Amino acid sequence: MTLSVPNIVILIVIGLLGTGIYALLTVRNLIKVVVALQIMVKAAMLALVLAGRLQGQENLGQSLALTVIVADTIVAVVGLALAVQVRRVVGSLDLNALTTLRR
Amino acid sequence: MLHLLTAVGILVCAIQAIRSRRLIVSALWLAGTSALVALELYLLGAPEIGVIELSVGAGLVTVLFVFAINLTGEEATDLRGLIKEPLAVVVSVLTIVLLGLLLVPGIDRAAPSVGEPALKVVLWGNRQLDLILQAVLVFCGVLGVLGLLSERESAPTEHNPLEGVE
Repeated sequence: MTLSVPNIVILIVIGLLGTGIYALLTVRNLIKVVVALQIMVKAAMLALVLAGRLQGQENLGQSLALTVIVADTIVAVVGLALAVQVRRVVGSLDLNALTTLRR
Repeated sequence: MLHLLTAVGILVCAIQAIRSRRLIVSALWLAGTSALVALELYLLGAPEIGVIELSVGAGLVTVLFVFAINLTGEEATDLRGLIKEPLAVVVSVLTIVLLGLLLVPGIDRAAPSVGEPALKVVLWGNRQLDLILQAVLVFCGVLGVLGLLSERESAPTEHNPLEGVE
């Protein structure tokens, strides 16, 4: 496997996805969960731009990446707002503490 | 060479964002990841997306993170998940290997470039439904910011067991 530009980008994508999945599995802090989601979305964005470039439809890939950036930001905003409210109501950012919301 | 350095930088920043114990440090490493992803996008020939990623990902989102961390306060983040660490490592490595096997072999078979409309035509002309959905998403984001900024009225009052005894 030669280290061409697509190969390097695909390595970044795979590395970021692996890091994000590991974090989602191990982390219990709500804000850290949002960080992990952000990392995974960045991988998806890079993959979209690369796919567009490889398929000869660069502008389509870029416009999809733009949509992903918007969605990514909204996910961060809503996730952080949720974390702030959980902290206020439950008193902790620990995901396990959310079991107190159970009836 | 610049691609390789950027790749190493992105992965190091992402791993540090997960590893660091302080939330604020984690948010700063995430901003570094965003900035380097923006550089990589620029190198890939997508400067518009790179600029947007730099301003939104490294700027706005980092400010939101710092704001939320200020509101919630630093909390010990070394809590471990319910899944045992070795199992998480195995699942992550398996994901990486499977994705690698799936993606890497076909990566050099690039399709020939076809005549394609400009970015503004693709974005504003061909994907109007997506634009409407993005507007809805932005509206959701506004509601999220309202949730972030709302006062403590929603917090329940402490239940006092002696209340009403006398």
